[in-house]
Amino acid sequence: MSTSTEKEMWVSKLRKGWQKNLPIEKLLPDTQPAYVASWIYLFGVATLASLGMIIATGLWLSFEGAQWYHTSNVGHFANSMHFWSVQFFFVFMVVHLWGKFWMAAWRGRRMLTWITGAFAFVGSIATAFTGYLVQSNFDSQWISYEAKDGFNSVGIGSRFTVTNFGQMLLLHVAFLPVIIGLITLVHVLLVRAKGVVPPIDAFNKELGERK
Amino acid sequence: MGIFDHFMNLRAVYIHIGWFQISITNLIVIIGMLTLFGLALFLPFPGNKKKGQK
Amino acid sequence: MSDRRAELEAAHWGGRTRRYDLIKEGVVAVVIIAILVGALATLFGSPDEKQVTFKEWAVAAPADFYATSVQELAGSSGTAGYGAPYNKASDGINLGPLYLAKLLGVTHPVDTVNDFVITPLTTVSNAAPVADALKTWQASDAKSKATWATNYDNALTKVNQDQAKVPAGNYGPVPELAAGLLTMAQAGSLDGALLSQGNYFQTDNTKQTLFLGDGTYFNDKSTASNLQGSTWGMMNETGRYPGQAWLWLYSFWYQIPPFNNGDSHPFGANADAWIMVIMGVLSFSLILMPMIPIVNRLPYKIKIHRLVWKNYYQEENL
Repeated sequence: MSTSTEKEMWVSKLRKGWQKNLPIEKLLPDTQPAYVASWIYLFGVATLASLGMIIATGLWLSFEGAQWYHTSNVGHFANSMHFWSVQFFFVFMVVHLWGKFWMAAWRGRRMLTWITGAFAFVGSIATAFTGYLVQSNFDSQWISYEAKDGFNSVGIGSRFTVTNFGQMLLLHVAFLPVIIGLITLVHVLLVRAKGVVPPIDAFNKELGERK
Repeated sequence: MGIFDHFMNLRAVYIHIGWFQISITNLIVIIGMLTLFGLALFLPFPGNKKKGQK
Repeated sequence: MSDRRAELEAAHWGGRTRRYDLIKEGVVAVVIIAILVGALATLFGSPDEKQVTFKEWAVAAPADFYATSVQELAGSSGTAGYGAPYNKASDGINLGPLYLAKLLGVTHPVDTVNDFVITPLTTVSNAAPVADALKTWQASDAKSKATWATNYDNALTKVNQDQAKVPAGNYGPVPELAAGLLTMAQAGSLDGALLSQGNYFQTDNTKQTLFLGDGTYFNDKSTASNLQGSTWGMMNETGRYPGQAWLWLYSFWYQIPPFNNGDSHPFGANADAWIMVIMGVLSFSLILMPMIPIVNRLPYKIKIHRLVWKNYYQEENL
């Protein structure tokens, strides 16, 4: 235990900050506000579950190598699981986004939750894009041929070479999943820390107003 | 290989309206999303009896 | 008042609660999604249209391959005249006064004459006419090479790529070089030569993709699959599989004036750059949407939220 005259350690600051903002009861609650009673609330967890499937099937594909699925029936099945997981991921994520917009879910100092969620959406599109580039089939050839013009036109092509299979593969399986994973983790922890946003008119009585 | 692999690898069918065109499959996906959104809003959610405050 | 509301909305919820099993919800979601994904994978598989090879191109469309080879030697192909990041042949696309690609320079040099034609030909043992043509080419000066290649390219274009109809002219060794490359491609060895580029380990397919795209065969295949940008191709997938519906807005701009006319200036000819900028702005707008006036008031005006919280509003008489 440090005495009051000693400077507070970084680890202590981190622990106290963590305990204050995200105690275990908030991280793993066993209750939720009564207003969380709509099917729309399930699209967040559905998106996360789809992401889990994407990662699991992606790891399966990566273990066997980039060309495996072209010549193996099991590999083709793994690729198919990965493909449909991505389709579900985007469907659920977009419906989740629609729901959160119409609920104005950024209220009550939850702006960062919206921002991280939107970043995750845009980042997911970029990650999916690199995925399409590393299929090593006709679609990859065409997408890389077309996409190069967009990126070259704004100078991004000088570092980000969509026709460079090796670069795109490593971005897809390492760099971007880590980035998206971190953004998603922060997003989910923010939801836990801030709680689910209350209804728009929940405090009209307290405030004596009608919205 | 998927059971309907052959069917899925045939040429896609497109709906053309002026300069707009969309594949039937993409249209199904988008209509599906809108339907899911609508159902999520309108379908009753189970277990809404008043509970005591924690 | 709005600060007080924000404070109340941010505070820990002190109202009615319900039982909630976070872990069970997550596990059930994963199981259901896994079953759905497994079912769709079993029923429909996934798209995997075979990659195009130079062998396939040269066998299926030899005239197109031949003509493209000549264009690479003449410097009239799309890649040869592209500009940065491949070469300095043109200024490239611009955003008004900004030539961003040119500014960043040639970071991925591609020499269509040597990379696509001459170097691959030197990696194989050629028949006498081709070997002699290669010797002649390598011993000649740049001006002669350019003259021969341009003359032959123009002549071939005039007869619609029909090699048999090209009149006699000052073409140097160009016809034999193109013929040699065609033979090499049809045998399958051009794929290997372009892939390895003299190396053992090689993972950059840029040169192959650029060469492939310079021809008509590759583009025609894409048109047949409705993948061209001008037909919402960015959203589409090969076969009947779902594509990338989330790219609808990116794809949209390519369909409307001024971006749908590649000859119009300044926007049509530079559509790729302008649309990238537009999508960048819109993406940031999405990220910062709660700060955008009028848009951030829409949930209050169009009360879809009344459906989300209809039970709560009824129970609380709101």
